Amino acid sequence: MSFSNNGYLNMELLRFTTAGSVDDGKSTLIGRLLYDSKSIFEDQLEAVKRASIQKGNDYINLALLTDGLRSEREQGITIDVAYRYFATPKRKFIIADTPGHVQYTRNMVTGASTANAAIILIDARNGVTEQTHRHTFIATLLQIPHIIVCINKMDLMDYNQEVYESIKKSFTEFSEIIDIKDIRFIPISALKGDNVVDASENMPWYNEGTLMNVLETIPIDNDYDFENARFPVQYVIRPLTEEHHDFRGYAGRVAGGIFRRGDEITVLPSGLKSKIEAINLLDDEIEDAFPPMSVTITLKDEIDISRGDMIVKSDNLPEISQDIEITMCWMNQRPLRIGNKYNLMHTTKEVKCIVKEVLYKINVNTLEKITDNKEVGLNSIAKVVIKTTKPLIFDTYNKNRITGSLILIDEATNETVGVGMIG
Amino acid sequence: MNKHHLNHLRELESESIYVIREVAAQFERPVLLFSGGKDSIVLTHLAKKAFYPAKLPFPLLHIDTGHNFQETLDYRDNLVKQLDARLIVGSVQQSIDEGKAVEEKGYNASRNVLQTITLLDTIEKYKFDAAMGGARRDEEKARAKERFFSHRDEFGQWDPKNQRPELWNIFNGKKNMGEHFRVFPISNWTEMDVWQYILLENIEMPSLYFTHQREVFCRDGVWLATAPFMKLKDNEKAEVKTIRCRTIGDITCTGVTLSTANTLEEIIDEIAATRVTERGGRADDKRSDAAMEDRKKEGYF
Repeated sequence: MSFSNNGYLNMELLRFTTAGSVDDGKSTLIGRLLYDSKSIFEDQLEAVKRASIQKGNDYINLALLTDGLRSEREQGITIDVAYRYFATPKRKFIIADTPGHVQYTRNMVTGASTANAAIILIDARNGVTEQTHRHTFIATLLQIPHIIVCINKMDLMDYNQEVYESIKKSFTEFSEIIDIKDIRFIPISALKGDNVVDASENMPWYNEGTLMNVLETIPIDNDYDFENARFPVQYVIRPLTEEHHDFRGYAGRVAGGIFRRGDEITVLPSGLKSKIEAINLLDDEIEDAFPPMSVTITLKDEIDISRGDMIVKSDNLPEISQDIEITMCWMNQRPLRIGNKYNLMHTTKEVKCIVKEVLYKINVNTLEKITDNKEVGLNSIAKVVIKTTKPLIFDTYNKNRITGSLILIDEATNETVGVGMIG
Repeated sequence: MNKHHLNHLRELESESIYVIREVAAQFERPVLLFSGGKDSIVLTHLAKKAFYPAKLPFPLLHIDTGHNFQETLDYRDNLVKQLDARLIVGSVQQSIDEGKAVEEKGYNASRNVLQTITLLDTIEKYKFDAAMGGARRDEEKARAKERFFSHRDEFGQWDPKNQRPELWNIFNGKKNMGEHFRVFPISNWTEMDVWQYILLENIEMPSLYFTHQREVFCRDGVWLATAPFMKLKDNEKAEVKTIRCRTIGDITCTGVTLSTANTLEEIIDEIAATRVTERGGRADDKRSDAAMEDRKKEGYF
């Protein structure tokens, strides 16, 4: 076995998010995934052992491995999104590890924004709780394609199948009201290792794969939008050298669909049309450019294109509008102010906008609409209407996570104060 | 695997190129911090790909502690020539001579901490508004929480508890006068990814990364290279060993590995089998549990 052979150079990358609080065993689960996949090194383990002894803990506290900031270790809590990495012979994984309490909704939203999969942890002793609702709602709001529900601490419930089935049933009932594309259930004990990496001998009634099996095999080929060809222009490459005197390349990352040489394209917002002459990265000519590839496109005609424009295939146009309805998560201590001007970033375009109206807020625990209190403060999720100074070229978020997302920036502090999903 | 699916190295490459292009688009005076280590070599390679056939739209900046391996300097100069790039060198020795930095004393004296002073000075002198570096989140736990676009106040400091949320691929590089950004395009790469990518792209590497004979000594369980400015304690003795560097920094804090790995393939297999992190050999991280976080807050890279 060699890590330099073709198989290892040709692995898939899966990004997943975990949300959880101190008590539900999230750190133990991550610790086990890292430990059992041999991603924890001796010096890291040594440091954690030393710190555990110093704090007077009876056992090796794997949470110390994941809590990176001094204040987090002191307080024993996770307050920010931490990214962790491990690999198995089949896939490479990036975990966005986030805190689970309601006051960290914005961190969960952040972690979920780039994930292919979400692990929802349920304590088998408590069943489906308000926290389960919240985590599931956030995962579906951010359109994470795959949801893996881990029913944890099965060891404390005598590995009883009825406990598992009953929790699965109540989760399924609750999830009918939201749109989940792919959902799986796994009974586990993170502490004892049942069904995390190795199949459990204590639960012979379950045989649909361990968590690691699922993470390694969940099909992620179609997680991107391959339908709607979208190429936000990020940077115009003009070498202006003797050798490449007339070269004019449009650099960017494919946000959706598949582009090929010869495709008829339209540049928005100008509406000018041309054909793709070539797609390159360095010297290599690329046959099919698809998400999330970063490439450089050259066109047959010399037309005026700059950063913030979007190249799309002429037979499938996105929406263009200045009045847009979005689902927004508020990220800042200072509440949203109606009528206030904000900077807005969407794909590679920057405009200004005002928030015209808050239609309703959403209770993240019950998913109920709140219409009697429209103050949008830190961690609020709300449906709002914005008006932009220039038209945005977009798709709805459920069609395309890249052309359907945007952020609002405070003009005075430059902080990212709100994040939105169109539609 | 579906035909329209990137493998992990190509997906990471594509993400990093996006970030590098975003820096060139959003900032007026960006710079790429080049240390001569594998991470900044990969970063420079990605930057070349991002703007080809144009030249790099930013200079390279090397903070020279004066305690570099000669091989690092040779490699740097050769690379700059190949890319026809602009190189700026910030000298720690000069900061010391000008009285801005004070040399550490004792056996473990290192100029690693002093680099911060020279770096911030150079950023101010050239009015750089974004400094890209090859730091990775898997290196150290404080880095696991750092953003791709990491805001620095007018004193060059990082406030880990007040970081901007970073979602999807939207990077907010807005700032006030005097503030700047540190940008980490290869945040999501691991040490293994870096080496596999070097193999995949056949990137030329400094000879220090491959096995060679060198005079070394052992201190606190870490092998260090001897140099005129390295003082040995009574119980330490210099001996010639077969080694390679797993990371390359300043000589005073670069722990070397006893190794016979002579090819990229052998290095990759060695890393796969190793049970100690690459920073386990970095004397600068051993100073305290929060050593990296503390240095980063002050403006360390």
